[in-house]
Amino acid sequence: MCLAIPAKILKIEDNLAQVDMAGVRRQADVRMVNNVRVGEYVLIHAGFAIEKIGEKEAEETLKLLREMA
Amino acid sequence: MKFVDEFRDRTIAERIIKKIERFDSLKVNLMEVCGTHTMVIFKQGLKGMLPKNVNLLSGPGCPVCVTSQEDIDKAIELARDRRMIITTFGDMVRVPGTNSSLEKEKANGADVRIIYSPSEALRIARENPDKKVVFLAIGFETTSPLIAASVMDAQKEKIDNFFIFSTHKLIPPAMEALSKSKELNIEGFICPGHVSVTIGSDAYRFIAQKYNVPCVIGGFEALDVLQSIYMLLRQIKENRAEVEIEYFRAVHPQGNIIAQQLISEVFEVTDVRWRGLGIIPRSGLRLRKKFYDYDAEREFQPKVKKGKENPDCACGQVLRGVKKPTQCKLYKRICTPENPYGPCMVSSEGTCAAYYKYG
Ligand code: SF4
Repeated sequence: MCLAIPAKILKIEDNLAQVDMAGVRRQADVRMVNNVRVGEYVLIHAGFAIEKIGEKEAEETLKLLREMA
Repeated sequence: MKFVDEFRDRTIAERIIKKIERFDSLKVNLMEVCGTHTMVIFKQGLKGMLPKNVNLLSGPGCPVCVTSQEDIDKAIELARDRRMIITTFGDMVRVPGTNSSLEKEKANGADVRIIYSPSEALRIARENPDKKVVFLAIGFETTSPLIAASVMDAQKEKIDNFFIFSTHKLIPPAMEALSKSKELNIEGFICPGHVSVTIGSDAYRFIAQKYNVPCVIGGFEALDVLQSIYMLLRQIKENRAEVEIEYFRAVHPQGNIIAQQLISEVFEVTDVRWRGLGIIPRSGLRLRKKFYDYDAEREFQPKVKKGKENPDCACGQVLRGVKKPTQCKLYKRICTPENPYGPCMVSSEGTCAAYYKYG
């Protein structure tokens, strides 16, 4: 039930954003994420953005995963 | 899809497995606490890829599964009142109570509606001023901030026919209860990624320190889970018990402060009963006094007898990780997703349902 899906912010008006969730346009409440901007990615859970996804951090994670130890 | 596909790469998965295989001298029990992790593990066939010495146990992180029989009976009792519209996330509808289920009540004429977001419940309340709209507020720290936000919205808009029935629960106290128990020897926790988005890695530090159990907060793609297992094995090998974050693209040590503030504005911590784990001190959330007007339990006082679980259903033991679904005598022969006897077979993230579908 704690499923949250990555989505791209398309438009923001007050606390409501239009997001692209795997190709589907949806509305999401963004009051829980500070200073979120169009073009950024967030995690959507039950109609709310619960956190931004750090692009830099994602790349760093992939680098760690590819690492041969 | 960005942030999804690149975390499912098979070649990298095989490489992480190779690293895991190097710890072949360790025989360990690791628990994935979260039902969403259980689903990923089964769906992606990760169990079969792991060496025999790494035993994965599924934990209590399925909100529907850990809801007590009494709370399910109360939700059913609320639905019987014809003044009500019951709004709920999908999984709750088919969970068998002592004598009925929300699905059966709906067939008998109750107004039960499945919704995706608590803001839909608010909308239904706005559109049906002559009805009482009750939202079954279930879920862990991932979900409770959104419910809190909706209750605050209702207060701000003066919507007086919106109520919640809170069965919200907290994850760290349940992990503590499992760590204390002598029943199992859990040597590492894969902590729930999205609960941790809210509460942060700091919230688990007492578990690592006091009970000496390594914790890794993992993301929800196959590579995230494998890497989390690798990180746990590395801690065990090096004799460390710390909280590490594999899912650091979304999880921060302090968590999401705004979400935490929403929770504490609207809710206060209380003792609650979990299926399979009994009453755990300070493990649930109830509405604060200033929001009593939104409390369905206070307003409608659903009366139920002491909830009776099906005595043959081993869901309680499955939730503690001490029994596998296949050790339940009803599993598959009598209890199936079409005809579930316990919540662990209803919820798509329930361990019995995962075994049935992919096991
Ligand atoms: S198989 Fe069905 S009856 Fe058995 S433990 Fe799972 S949910 Fe309960």
